[in-house]
Amino acid sequence: MAFIEIEGLSKSFHGSAGTRHVLRHVSLTIERGEFVSIVGAMGSGKSTLLNLLSGLTEPDTGTVTVGGTVTRGVRSDAAVVFQNYSLLPWFTALENVRLAVEAACPQLSKEDQRARATRTLERVGLGNALHKRPRQLSGGMRQRVAIARAFATMPDVLFLDEPFGALDALTRETLQQELARLCRDDDRQVTTVMITNSVEEAILLSDRIVPMIPGPPATLGTPIPVELPRPRSLAQLAHDEQATLARAHVVAALTAALGRKRPNAMLHSDAASAVLRPVAEDTR
Amino acid sequence: MTRRLLNLVLPLCGVALAVIAWWAASRAVGDLPSPARTWEESKLYILEPLAKRGEMDQGIVLLAFYSLLRVARGFLLGILIATPIGFLLGVSSTLTRMFDPIMQVLRPISPLAWLPLGLVIFQKSEPAALFAIAVCSMWPTVINTMMGVRAIPQDYWNVAKVLRLSRFTTFTKIIVPATLPYMFTGYRLSLGIAWLVIVASEMLTGTPGVGGFLWQEYNSLVYAHILLAIITIGVVGFALDRLMGMAEARLRTV
Repeated sequence: MAFIEIEGLSKSFHGSAGTRHVLRHVSLTIERGEFVSIVGAMGSGKSTLLNLLSGLTEPDTGTVTVGGTVTRGVRSDAAVVFQNYSLLPWFTALENVRLAVEAACPQLSKEDQRARATRTLERVGLGNALHKRPRQLSGGMRQRVAIARAFATMPDVLFLDEPFGALDALTRETLQQELARLCRDDDRQVTTVMITNSVEEAILLSDRIVPMIPGPPATLGTPIPVELPRPRSLAQLAHDEQATLARAHVVAALTAALGRKRPNAMLHSDAASAVLRPVAEDTR
Repeated sequence: MTRRLLNLVLPLCGVALAVIAWWAASRAVGDLPSPARTWEESKLYILEPLAKRGEMDQGIVLLAFYSLLRVARGFLLGILIATPIGFLLGVSSTLTRMFDPIMQVLRPISPLAWLPLGLVIFQKSEPAALFAIAVCSMWPTVINTMMGVRAIPQDYWNVAKVLRLSRFTTFTKIIVPATLPYMFTGYRLSLGIAWLVIVASEMLTGTPGVGGFLWQEYNSLVYAHILLAIITIGVVGFALDRLMGMAEARLRTV
């Protein structure tokens, strides 16, 4: 049995404009320690899927099983990183992370909780910004705090909802590398599901990429394995044959779906550039 | 430089025009004291602001102080009741639907209507005054606190869910800090109303304070002192609002 088994998830929203079927019969299995990216266009239902996986919302049908138990509500062994950081503005970086540690590990003493929060922030390079409030931090630093908050609870499963979507290209690349390092260094083998609209980001970080076929209702395409040695870098990926092949596969799956169902859907620019210039000139 | 000068001069011009209008009105209405006469008859109260000559015959600062004390007690009582109600209504839409009609009916009732009821319930004028102030001034706090809780972004609720915070922690670490600016707007508006109510309740109960003074001087036909009391009420109310506004602005920067 796989570590995470997603079976037949469906979700609809009922509004004044009628019922919108966002997801239908989504199934996927993920092994322990695997890094899986779900890549899709904006508005294709990716975040809805992640909210279902993390337990923030309940599916209409279907189940998410992690480590043999069916998920109901947010799991105690899971952490989520949101695109818009979702830090509490009235707390400092340290207090934001401590709040997570306090909630996850009430058995630890106050000092131990504080020490762990401090250590995790130091791991993401924020040792000298412990007492800064979110508004005093740049977007990249805020997302580092959010990542530290997620890792500080030592989760078995990490859900990332377009974690670098709101960042500029340079910061994004730095943080992608740091996330890859954090996941690699973590000896407890954290299992990660990331939602993204960037094909490059998915290739850089993932073991497998699952294209999201837009609907509505959206479904998942065939997973595409990324069998590249780590650590990876964007520069190296631009010329690597394996990466090119994976990129071509993902883009083909996504654009085929786009052409068929949603001609006006938006994909992140680097996916588009990957279509036009499959190998060279990816300067990000 | 000229801007700052204008900022000083223009309000002074406004005051001067208002005094001229007052003077003109005093020429037209026989019993209305002119600005000069008002000053003549009131200067004792202003120049000896802390003097105590009798129950009502006291310096204006002392009288304002009694009123402020009464307002502070009524206002604190009001927000002590209103804040928890606001949180409850904000969190529970069931409770809101249950109590919203009652609230809408109670809200527009004048302090003059509550006061006799307070006298019936408490038998004494002081608790009746506090009752009237509390009941009248609590609504902005109830409504703003409720709105503040409703305005908490979904992101913060998601954080509470993802971190699996207990109800108590969610309340103290997320709901209260997120609502604080709204709450304070409510407090500022409530204090404004409390100050409005004080005059009415002092007039009806005859207790010492600016409102009581105003009513007694009316009965003693010293009309200049009515104007003194009116101006005092305005100035104090303005100062209170400014103070609360400053506290509010500090909270908003967090």
